Amino acid sequence: MTSSSPPPKARSFSWRSKSFRNLVYQLTAVALVIALGAYLMHNTLQNMRLRGIQSGFDFIAQPAGFSIGESVVPFDSAESYGKAFLVGLSNTLRVAIIGVVLATLLGTLVGIGRLSHNFLLRTLCGAYVEVFRNVPLLLQLFIWYFVMTELLPPIETAMQPVAGVFFSKNGLQYPIPLWASGHWLTLAGLLAGGVGAWAWARAARSHLFATGLIRPVFWPGLGIVVAGGLLGWLVGGAPGGLDIPEKTELNVVGGGAVTPEFLTMLIGLTVYTASYIAEIVRGGIQAVPFGQHEAAAALGLSRRMEVRLVQMPQALRVIIPPLTSQYLNLTKNSSLAVAVGYPDLVSISNTSLNQTGRAIECIALVMACYLTLSLLTAAFMNAYNKRSLIKER
Amino acid sequence: MTTPYPTPEAIHFEPIASRSPPRAARGLAAWLRSNLFDGWRNTLATLVVLALLALVLPHLLQWALVNAVFRPDNAACRAAAETGACWGVVAEKYRLILFGRYPYAEQWRPLLACTLLTGLLAASCYRPFWRRGLLLAWVVVVGVFFTLMLGGSFGLSAVETGRWGGFPLTLLLSTISLMLAFPLAVAVALGRQSRMPGIRTLCVLYVELIRGVPLISVLFMASFMFPLFMPQGTTIDVLLRVLVGMTLFTAAYLAEVVRGGLQALPKGQLEAAQSLGLSDWQATRMIVLPQALRLVVPAIMNTFIGAFKDTSLVTIVSLYDLTGALQLALGDADWRKFFLEGQLFVAAIYFVFCFAMSRYSQWIERHLNTGTRRQ
Repeated sequence: MTSSSPPPKARSFSWRSKSFRNLVYQLTAVALVIALGAYLMHNTLQNMRLRGIQSGFDFIAQPAGFSIGESVVPFDSAESYGKAFLVGLSNTLRVAIIGVVLATLLGTLVGIGRLSHNFLLRTLCGAYVEVFRNVPLLLQLFIWYFVMTELLPPIETAMQPVAGVFFSKNGLQYPIPLWASGHWLTLAGLLAGGVGAWAWARAARSHLFATGLIRPVFWPGLGIVVAGGLLGWLVGGAPGGLDIPEKTELNVVGGGAVTPEFLTMLIGLTVYTASYIAEIVRGGIQAVPFGQHEAAAALGLSRRMEVRLVQMPQALRVIIPPLTSQYLNLTKNSSLAVAVGYPDLVSISNTSLNQTGRAIECIALVMACYLTLSLLTAAFMNAYNKRSLIKER
Repeated sequence: MTTPYPTPEAIHFEPIASRSPPRAARGLAAWLRSNLFDGWRNTLATLVVLALLALVLPHLLQWALVNAVFRPDNAACRAAAETGACWGVVAEKYRLILFGRYPYAEQWRPLLACTLLTGLLAASCYRPFWRRGLLLAWVVVVGVFFTLMLGGSFGLSAVETGRWGGFPLTLLLSTISLMLAFPLAVAVALGRQSRMPGIRTLCVLYVELIRGVPLISVLFMASFMFPLFMPQGTTIDVLLRVLVGMTLFTAAYLAEVVRGGLQALPKGQLEAAQSLGLSDWQATRMIVLPQALRLVVPAIMNTFIGAFKDTSLVTIVSLYDLTGALQLALGDADWRKFFLEGQLFVAAIYFVFCFAMSRYSQWIERHLNTGTRRQ
């Protein structure tokens, strides 16, 4: 079939021509926006000159002069503002990533719980969702912070839910493995196990396509990973040293620790976001038509295979897009850390702003960071979403 | 010739009373069985939940009701501090929590203003009222709201916006920012659907830029950077600046909601409008928008709930809305200890409003669907 493109339209410069009108509208809109931007810019520059405010990003390299309460990497007050921003970003990411994982777990459980046949469970999960969704996150964070810093016992009488774990006004202290060179081999073993599991999954798949027989993938795969890790650990000399926090007269020393601020942010964000995720999960499961269940039953699929092969793929297709925006919301909401004093990106930027007076630069940096995070998450989740879309041929 | 069948008149049709359902499917026992003890897993879940409730509920009731102090009596509260709640803190401080630093003697004004605005909000939920008069009512009530709050006329003493606080501020920020955001959102949503690349790009940039950053950074921008944007010598009230920030923020989210409605509308509607000879503007105004907006009324409600909760963030830029007024009210050393009770009180206020709105949103979703749903 041959198709000829339509003849190029002659542009007529008359108000009666739609294309001309559209061109005029667009030019006007763009010109207005540029004019507004230029006006604001002009005002800003003039104001800054009059008030003697310095501008520019040169402050990034200057020493920050403030210390940061907690950080993934050590930070010293003599280091630069740029490093401080990076530390803030890493703190934001730390609470956001752990929060996303926990909120997904909790939200999925509660969402499934809302569909339970059990009246008590169903009601309890429903109450959870309604309560946490309808109270502002900031207020919830204030409440958690009050609980963490006022109602918990002081460190002298710290709660000890499990031996070696201390929970008090000073946060949570827990045992961590002492780093030994043998752990490198454990990590290498885990990695090798991962590769082995992937190879097993591939082999099982080609076996399925060749013979039509299904081989189990999940449990053997997990077994291979664990076995790899275990082997590496044993070869590395089975390092078993633990750094267990110990209680002294007035304090708890050693082990790993997280601050009450971090716990507040983590618990607050997790519990709040989980209530939204629960609704998304419930909606996704309910969106799979009942006929799919009947069809799966007619094909003789077991309940487990039905869930894995029929229900899950279809539910995920509905769940993933709103789930992505919840992940983004959690990340953006972690900026409320400024209210409880967790040194996240916004807190650090605020401190820097107060010290240097570079409002525009600091706020622009924060916005750029969040925008990048948002776009990256969106791109990643869109790629995943594309894989779970209906394959239309 | 006679037929072997009786004539229709001769038939006495009497329905037999339907049989009652089997005993096993009736009554409390059946409900219990199907809802609580349906199989061993269900039974286990019931027992676990019951055990948890038995563990927690008595303590909770003891704390919240039995041992609680309801009088605004600081000494009694302190005596009961470890075992019971001190609801007296609410009795003592409720005016400060609800109205912030608004002059004590004049607090009937925010009360009246809030009652009017809340009443109008409730009335706007009732569909028979959805007509032109409602728009007029909104203009009048918002005017009265500001007259009452600001004062300076009709013999009312002037109250500067810096002293506004508590519930009126929460209500004002959420309602007004949504009202202002709505026209902007519709314009941006239409722009994003437009065939003109220049306008489309501007709209996409605006929406994605705002949605990519947290509200708190927009508020910081409003409070730190706005003054720099203005020509030399002009100062803009901080409340107004925050209102602009919230409006711009809400509009971006609302624009996406409206766009959802525009996309859900079948293309045939626009084509039908064009075939009737309507111009683009007429088709948008009379065919596209009414249907698209009707589709997204529940989603707009949800955005409003979000905006209502988000107003709490203005606390961080030193405006004393409900959340901020609480920090203000419980600042003194005597009552600081009972922060939790105050926070629960404020949380309850937010909950009542948000829960009512979310229920309404669910109801209106079913209600608005009745016209288009195929049986």
